[in-house]
Amino acid sequence: MTVTDLTPATPGVPDGSGTVQLVATQKRLPRWAPWAFAAGGVLVAFGILAVTGTPTIAGVLGLGAVLYALGLTITSRVVEGARWATDRLATTLVTFAFLLALIPLVSLLWIVVTRGAKLFGATFLSTDMVGVYGDMTSGGIWHAIVGTLLITGAATIISVPIGLLTAIYLVEYGRGALARWITFLVDVMTGIPSIVAGLFAFSLFTLIFGPAYRAGIMGAVALSLLMTPVVIRSVEEMLRLVPNELREASLALGVPKWLTIVKVVLRTSIAGIVTGVMLSIARVIGETAPLLLTVGLITQVNWDLFDGRMATLPVFAYRQYEQGGVGIDRAWAAALTLILIVMLLNLIARLISRLFSPKTAR
Amino acid sequence: MSKRIDVSDLNVYYGDFLAVEGVTMAIEPRSVTALIGPSGCGKSTFLRTLNRMHEVIPGAHVEGKAVMDGQDLYAPDVDPVAVRRQVGMVFQRPNPFPTMSIKENVLAGVKLNNKRISKSDANDLVESSLQGANLWNEVKDRLDRPGSGLSGGQQQRLCIARAIAVRPQVLLMDEPCSALDPISTLAIEDLMSELKDDYTIVIVTHNMQQAARVSDRTAFFNIAGTGKPGKLVEMGDTATMFSSPTVQATEDYISGRFG
Amino acid sequence: MAVTSPPSTRAGLGSEPQVPATKGGLAGRVFAGLSTGAGILILVVLAAVAVFLVIEAWPALTASPEELQEISWFKADSLLAYVGPLVFGTLLASILALAIAVPVSVGIALFISHYAPRRLAQGLGYLIDLLAAIPSVVYGLWGALWLLPILNPFFTWLSGTLGFIPLFAGYQAPAKNIMSASIVLAVMILPIITAVSREVFLQTPVLHEEASLALGATRWEMVRMAVLPFGRSGVISASMLGLGRALGETMAVLMVISPGFLYSLFLLKPGQQQTIAANIASKFPEASGLAVSTLIATGLALFVITFVVNMIARWIIARRKEFSGAN
Repeated sequence: MTVTDLTPATPGVPDGSGTVQLVATQKRLPRWAPWAFAAGGVLVAFGILAVTGTPTIAGVLGLGAVLYALGLTITSRVVEGARWATDRLATTLVTFAFLLALIPLVSLLWIVVTRGAKLFGATFLSTDMVGVYGDMTSGGIWHAIVGTLLITGAATIISVPIGLLTAIYLVEYGRGALARWITFLVDVMTGIPSIVAGLFAFSLFTLIFGPAYRAGIMGAVALSLLMTPVVIRSVEEMLRLVPNELREASLALGVPKWLTIVKVVLRTSIAGIVTGVMLSIARVIGETAPLLLTVGLITQVNWDLFDGRMATLPVFAYRQYEQGGVGIDRAWAAALTLILIVMLLNLIARLISRLFSPKTAR
Repeated sequence: MSKRIDVSDLNVYYGDFLAVEGVTMAIEPRSVTALIGPSGCGKSTFLRTLNRMHEVIPGAHVEGKAVMDGQDLYAPDVDPVAVRRQVGMVFQRPNPFPTMSIKENVLAGVKLNNKRISKSDANDLVESSLQGANLWNEVKDRLDRPGSGLSGGQQQRLCIARAIAVRPQVLLMDEPCSALDPISTLAIEDLMSELKDDYTIVIVTHNMQQAARVSDRTAFFNIAGTGKPGKLVEMGDTATMFSSPTVQATEDYISGRFG
Repeated sequence: MAVTSPPSTRAGLGSEPQVPATKGGLAGRVFAGLSTGAGILILVVLAAVAVFLVIEAWPALTASPEELQEISWFKADSLLAYVGPLVFGTLLASILALAIAVPVSVGIALFISHYAPRRLAQGLGYLIDLLAAIPSVVYGLWGALWLLPILNPFFTWLSGTLGFIPLFAGYQAPAKNIMSASIVLAVMILPIITAVSREVFLQTPVLHEEASLALGATRWEMVRMAVLPFGRSGVISASMLGLGRALGETMAVLMVISPGFLYSLFLLKPGQQQTIAANIASKFPEASGLAVSTLIATGLALFVITFVVNMIARWIIARRKEFSGAN
């Protein structure tokens, strides 16, 4: 049952006309009052701003919101009393908080799409930056797409087996002090700042291969440090959702524990695991700082993960932004590409979890 | 060919906690043995020691002997996995594998163990097991549908079919009817009396009428109080146990004075 | 073995071996070993992170101030004097971000859990989660190119009217100051704080809610009496997690702020503060030798700070679990 149904605060109580005495004694504002105040607030705000200066959309909405909150609360206080006025103010603030969060989301998506569309297209996606300099508007991000996919792919190949096996250890085997320590350290790992992961990968590889070593694998190691705990957490959660009864059913059939884990537990939770892995890929594919430190940027495609710098979409976008001029357009287009990839991964993840999860009765 | 199990002086521990103490009993082949007693008296715990399923719970271990036709189930070189292939189990709540079809559920014991089986052998095994569980006629037209789509009673019989498809010697049933309606319960009880021609059956039940209806021998477990270990009070032919038990506690329990 | 009819099924069983002795279950032991190994690998990797960072930072930790001052951008008297303002800037930016994000997040979480129509709630939750999916470099672009011009008139007004308070004094356009950076950071940590708070609010025992409603409470009174007290520690730990994330965030700060190395509380003035992460990212690609070590030493400081903050968050969560275990 929803809380809303029970709440006397909803302005659905008939005002004054009620046959029940309790309702009749309570004087309430009509149901349409908030809407009227909202419209009034915006209109008055527009009026004020038109007189004092130039009314911008942000200004009218901002001032209108303040006027709405003030107007509704004060009126409610006069008509309905202090308790209901506080309730209305709280509802207003909570709703505003939500609307406020939509501003960055909507504006960000809108600006990335509109500004990114300027250069985005088949040519942009399929060319690299060889021989592009100055104000030339040619060039593209093919090399960066290749680099991002290679590095993220390598990070996935490192993280998924480790993450999967660690989660299996924690859920199916882990007991006592070691399991507690690992759980604790996975928490610690979740909190490692991405730039520290970059520094670690840099330190590791330059200590082994010398200070001038640069390769895509450095970035992949940094990303896998960030990705592994996310994989562990999501797989762990999925494995714990598998009912114990299924494990017992399998064991009672004389199936060894490890086959029970592989063929019953993993099989039952596979959709959730794949979803979790996709979401963790989406999470690290946009990481910039660790790649900036380790992999750097070049202008052409580098297919070799173990030799030389590589271009990646986030670093490309950042460097182009720094460069300014036409670079800013390229940065937006690269950002659009990146967001499209991330959204695609999220979408696939949700589809997998919706389509392939087993329909358990319990 | 079903086998007999002789248990002597069996103690079951959860960590340091002694859950069941000093059970000695003989479980006859080709018969139904019912374990009855109040909640928490350790009858389910004891049942699970017969196929070493208690070892799934961390810290659980036993002392004493459980011998199946001369083979000690707890001998150091015995693999619990092998024990469970000989001693099958059916649980309180029907638990078919949700990712598998009815057919795959019956074949689960074979498939999960990575054993190869020819298509015709597989079909024969599915049919004979489902017939053995009195389910064949109800599901033969939808063997490829998910097992979780069946009714509760059908699911439980599917679980029995799954258990007997491994060809165990002994079948343990842990309150197999407690989650079922009366009609499904009756179907399972009928099935039990058919299965006892070929298997040794041990059933844990809270339902005294059920114990009286289906079992040949009955064992009564009791517990002195919370924190105390459960004990086997007495065991005998079901008819004797229900008509003239030798211990007062058994009579009190059977006549419904407690529990 | 062929099976023909149910009765004969069990006929052949007598030929089956007795309970076979264990073959050791090699595959099982390999599998258990592999997963245990993966768990231990986590321990090793974390130890390696600490060890490698210390090894690489060691030259800077042991260098004399004179040696350090040979680095072109090293103007401080000692390593500690260099890290100090950076730690200050990092903490200031993160705490400001937290101050903005927490009230808004709690509002959103309440809106989703107790105010929005239930049918919409899940979809609205996804919408907020979407914010978490956006890459940090895109936030940087958005902050630098969209948000700064929008904030300009507001900051001009703020500095003009409240400029007598030092906090808001000395604004200069464009708004490349720590306040703008914190606003971007706040947007970035909003989703995690909202998600955790929402979960906690949804767990409020319905009985408590109904009890307060039965006493004739308004919705807000119910929220204040039942939901907020229940969710308080959850919100605190969510905030700590958000703080941990804000401390380590690089790109948004790097692309928005105009850096400075002062212990300065001028929130609207450019060129006053810088964070550790952004400082590393801006200097690292061109650095070599001792400069690299110095930057890694600052990274070590960041590692320790985030570690402590996350520990506190986990501790609060763990303590809460103990309390709620009874319900």
